Amino acid sequence: MFKRGIPIAILSLTGTLLVAAHFSPMTQSWGEVVLNWFSVVAAITAILGAGNLLLVNLEKISSRRPGWAYSAITIAAFAAMLVFGFLKIGAVPNPQNPTVYFAGDYETRESAYGWMYEYVMSPLTATMFALLAFYVASAAFRAFRAKNIEANILLVTAFIILLARTYAAELLTGWVPKDSAFFFVRLDAMSTGVIEHVATAGMRAITIGIALGALATSLRFMLGIDKSYLPRS
Amino acid sequence: MTDQTPHIGPVRRLLVRLGDIDRRWIYLSMALAVAIPMLTGLSFPETPGKMSSATFDAIESVPAGAKVLFSFDYDPASEGELQPMANAFVHHCAARGHKMAFMALWPLGKQMAEATIDSILLANHPQYRYGEDYVQLGYMPGFETVIKGLTTNFASQYPLDVRGTPIGNIPLMSDVKTLQDFDLIVTVSAGYAGAKEWVQYAKSTYPDAYVLAAGSTGVQANQLFPYYPTQMEGLLAAVKGAAEYETLVAAAYPPPAHPERLEEGRRRMGPQFVAHLLMIGLIVLGNASMFAARGMKGGRR
Repeated sequence: MFKRGIPIAILSLTGTLLVAAHFSPMTQSWGEVVLNWFSVVAAITAILGAGNLLLVNLEKISSRRPGWAYSAITIAAFAAMLVFGFLKIGAVPNPQNPTVYFAGDYETRESAYGWMYEYVMSPLTATMFALLAFYVASAAFRAFRAKNIEANILLVTAFIILLARTYAAELLTGWVPKDSAFFFVRLDAMSTGVIEHVATAGMRAITIGIALGALATSLRFMLGIDKSYLPRS
Repeated sequence: MTDQTPHIGPVRRLLVRLGDIDRRWIYLSMALAVAIPMLTGLSFPETPGKMSSATFDAIESVPAGAKVLFSFDYDPASEGELQPMANAFVHHCAARGHKMAFMALWPLGKQMAEATIDSILLANHPQYRYGEDYVQLGYMPGFETVIKGLTTNFASQYPLDVRGTPIGNIPLMSDVKTLQDFDLIVTVSAGYAGAKEWVQYAKSTYPDAYVLAAGSTGVQANQLFPYYPTQMEGLLAAVKGAAEYETLVAAAYPPPAHPERLEEGRRRMGPQFVAHLLMIGLIVLGNASMFAARGMKGGRR
């Protein structure tokens, strides 16, 4: 009873308060309190997440499962950043409190934490994202095939957008006057047409659908009809 | 395969063989398509489109010296696409004499803002003073709840700036009670939490309180089109949007120093041009190979 009843009561109360706070100025401060609860809960879940990361990776290392070396690197990097951040190694003194070591800024490039961000994390994440260009090119070559009408429509749209987002649009169709009757054959006009009349219309329908779905699901949670987020036992 | 199909012509045979090309050749051609234009400095003139012009006009519509809140909602993974927009936004606002507060909904957004302040704001506008003309508020965890909190009580989300000063003691922020005390919100966003949440939790609740302009990645732009131009007065989509906006800003407000830092978007259009042509070529080749192999024993269908 308590295991399921209390979480449902908390969810219903916070949900109702946030909805009320949106519409009524009288309950606005209550909504602020609930938002503060969210921040506290989010901070606790960060600790749980870090603990889970350690558990999963330490288990992988101890059992020497395939790829255990990656887990070791993960834990070493996690521990290093934790130490650099908490101990503020190399932190720049705070001008307002220059004698207080822990008042210093640990995120500048001069600190160990900032150095790791600038010269390790930043290039690594940028590299990971840049690799997408290679995979997309390979995937487009192997999978983007005109096998049916839908695929043909997709191909034509892709060509229009790919060309219109570069100077190719100007080179190929830039000579068509913007005020002529054949303005629609300009690639930039076609691209605008696709974005404004096809993509936007489709996205609007999807957005409204998602919003209605979220509303229905939220109501089911708040009224205690849907209990799928609770443990079964 | 070719031994089993002796009656096919050399072109068709070549096309069929190209369909099985090692993917490393594709990777190499993509690397060259990006590297050569970068090294040769290939660039093209940009003609600003409707959205970029609307974004420029949205920022122009705010009176000079207004209060602007910048939200850096991206990290280094999207820096290549979004940093040119951030640079142009900050230079534009500084040239208009706006007072700027920088915040972030992404953990690494603070560093992105820091880099923009150093390389654009202070390098081109050295008259800007911390606390009076700009302030760095840093990253705040909580996603959309931070935005929601800002609309009711700004200090509840940001009691201090990154230097540990209470925001009530910062001249720029002393009269800011809620988000509605800003005239313009600019979000440079790579996903959740970002531009969409700024529309849903800030602009939708107080539509007349501020102007909202956003810069977004190409993949996220589709989700934002429905909000433009009613709930989002300005929207820059991908590098193309950045290059167009840069052109408008550089023409109206030429940077007094380091003009090359306001050409990053236009510099990226050269590699994008060649890479897009390569993509089209690969798609055409892949399809030609598929059609060439049709009807052959063991051919792809």
